Amino acid sequence: MTTLQRKEVNPIAHLSAEDIEQIGRELDAIRDETLAVRGEKDAKYIRRMIKIQRRLELGSRAVLLFSIFPPAWILGTAGLSIAKILENMEIGHNILHGQYDFMRDPKIHSTTWEWDFASPAEQWKHAHNELHHKYTNVVGRDNDLGYGIMRVDEQQRWAPAHLGQPLYNFINACLFEYGIAAYDLELGRNLATKKRRNNPEFRARLRQVGRKIRSQVLKDYVAHPVLSVPVGLAFGNPFGALFGTMAANAVANVVRNLWSHSVIMCGHFPKGVETFERTSITGETRGEWYLRQMLGSANISGSKLMHIMTGNLSHQIEHHLFPDLPASRYAEIAPKVRALFEKYDLKYVTGPLVVQVASAWAKVFRLALPNRKPARDIDHSVPPRQPAQVAA
Amino acid sequence: MPATQRLRDGAWRVVELLTTPVVPADYLDVIAPLRNPTVLRARIEAVRPETAKAVTLELRPGRGWQSHEPGQYVRLGVDVDGVRLWRAYSVSSRAGRPDGRFTVTVNAVEGGAVSSYLLTQARKGMIVHLDLPTGDFVLPAQRPAKTLFVTAGSGITPVMGMLRSALHELSDVVVVHSARTADDVVFGAELRALAADGRIRLIERHTRADGRLKPAKLADLVPDLFERETWACGPGELLDDLQQHWADAGAAERLHVERFRPTVLVAGDGGTVTFAKSGLVVEAPAGTSILDAGEAAGQLMKSGCRMGICFKCVLPMREGIVRDMRDGTITTATEVDGDNVLIQTCVSAAAGPCRLDA
Repeated sequence: MTTLQRKEVNPIAHLSAEDIEQIGRELDAIRDETLAVRGEKDAKYIRRMIKIQRRLELGSRAVLLFSIFPPAWILGTAGLSIAKILENMEIGHNILHGQYDFMRDPKIHSTTWEWDFASPAEQWKHAHNELHHKYTNVVGRDNDLGYGIMRVDEQQRWAPAHLGQPLYNFINACLFEYGIAAYDLELGRNLATKKRRNNPEFRARLRQVGRKIRSQVLKDYVAHPVLSVPVGLAFGNPFGALFGTMAANAVANVVRNLWSHSVIMCGHFPKGVETFERTSITGETRGEWYLRQMLGSANISGSKLMHIMTGNLSHQIEHHLFPDLPASRYAEIAPKVRALFEKYDLKYVTGPLVVQVASAWAKVFRLALPNRKPARDIDHSVPPRQPAQVAA
Repeated sequence: MPATQRLRDGAWRVVELLTTPVVPADYLDVIAPLRNPTVLRARIEAVRPETAKAVTLELRPGRGWQSHEPGQYVRLGVDVDGVRLWRAYSVSSRAGRPDGRFTVTVNAVEGGAVSSYLLTQARKGMIVHLDLPTGDFVLPAQRPAKTLFVTAGSGITPVMGMLRSALHELSDVVVVHSARTADDVVFGAELRALAADGRIRLIERHTRADGRLKPAKLADLVPDLFERETWACGPGELLDDLQQHWADAGAAERLHVERFRPTVLVAGDGGTVTFAKSGLVVEAPAGTSILDAGEAAGQLMKSGCRMGICFKCVLPMREGIVRDMRDGTITTATEVDGDNVLIQTCVSAAAGPCRLDA
């Protein structure tokens, strides 16, 4: 973990290879404890959440039929925003992680679920579950670090284009679902050369995204607005109804985008979160993988409602350690994980939402400029630890 | 009328657009779970204990159900501790009830997760999942002149369905039934009442006192044994003995049997993995993931993180037993239950013979 060792204070200098494997064993034990109790309670929880979300969405859309009346518009828009947030965060994200695959319910399964988001579930699962969760915070491997458009770590090379990154980040926040769709397509990389552009596999994925976006847009900006026209006609204001419902859907989508962008920024960008070098993960053991997840993630503290609205990504550390355990279990796992951090004298990064969002944004602004001093050379007082060999 | 059909299709596409990315039925499920035409479900309307170890469930099937033929079984998907497990149960009610309901009678199986759950937890109002009734353990349309039923334990359930549906069309019926004690006879009161009315000849055998029934003994109890069209249901050994006996007498075609589940799967170390579609057969030792073993043998497999977190490598297991290499969890699938359990091949090692649908 050479990037860490280059830091002014190497956060793992005090850990031996044996310590790291012991951390891995203790985390495995926490996982086993949760698996032993996972069952009916979790199944009931996700079904209840889906029921609440669908009723809230149906109810809000029904209220929006009367979108020409300002109170109905406000109520419907608020309800729809919350429904969309729940659908993406506590339901979609977690089901697509396979957290509820254990139920063997084909309707609530990572292989069949589709979500209210521009990026098709299949493409998102590849970019997120396969790449981000495996290569978390490895500079050059984990595209979540700055989403390929921003510089969020001193180790990333600065370019003049980064001067605009506070603006890009804001635009990305508003259009987050499209940003993620482009990111999952690796649009920048794939549009760069003619050969990549014409790759049939890329074109097929592009069409898949196109179809998904088309039906999403038709639903939110055509079908539902048209449904509210009869009420508008009855009150002599059909265009008010049409555009009112259209605006309500747009606001709900932007609210959802801003919210999920903020939550996700808090996961890996705040101060105190570590990044890793590409070479550091060759031959990585299970204990070292766990340690990277521990140091590479940050939590958000808050109420139970806040945890639900973030899809329990407020427990980002626990989520990265155990991405396949039901997210509603993270709150009860967290004290055990935190105790482990303390036992091994590691920094458990957490804070209220506002503080963490501010910290992440501060980094986006600070790193828009080049580093003030060159990245430190290797601190020779700490001998670099050889990565433990994986048992054959 | 194609015009109305086109209009209806068009209207439906609009409804689908309104609910995208899910389907309209997913919203319907929240309100009326039995109305979904694509997922067959049933509501438990009554729970009646039969013996200390058997319970009858009266089920109201939802949209898409088709009535059973007496003697057939139905697969029930029950959420046991949050996990949907499927088991086959014989239908015990008569066919074509005017209220559209049917019953299954569940007998406790030693160590059986679903049967013990239903015995203790089944309640009115619970929703279970269903498949359409199936099986060829049925009476022919041309009813036989003389019939014999040989059953043991829970093997009486499909036969009860036949008796309740078609007894009035049968003239000479003998039922030989084995159970541990008189109290253990499922539907005991009903069978005895039929016998008292002279509608069937009932021979009860209580194995705790009388010992197991030997086929050779059967001729003493039923002298015209091989003149009868015979239906038998019960434990595998009994059916094996009966088939041998009938075959020896050259009357094999007159015996119809219904087999219950095979022996319980026991976890071992490693096993033979069969990829059903490609026909590839691989010896997968313990400690090697099915993904590694399959790839090494040339099977084309999907994979992602290769550490159990991305769920890209999952494949359906029709039959077999695997062990999660991270935590030792055992997962099983059995053919008779029509299982199709998705397993993560990158962290699962064979713990016995496995057949994957790939």
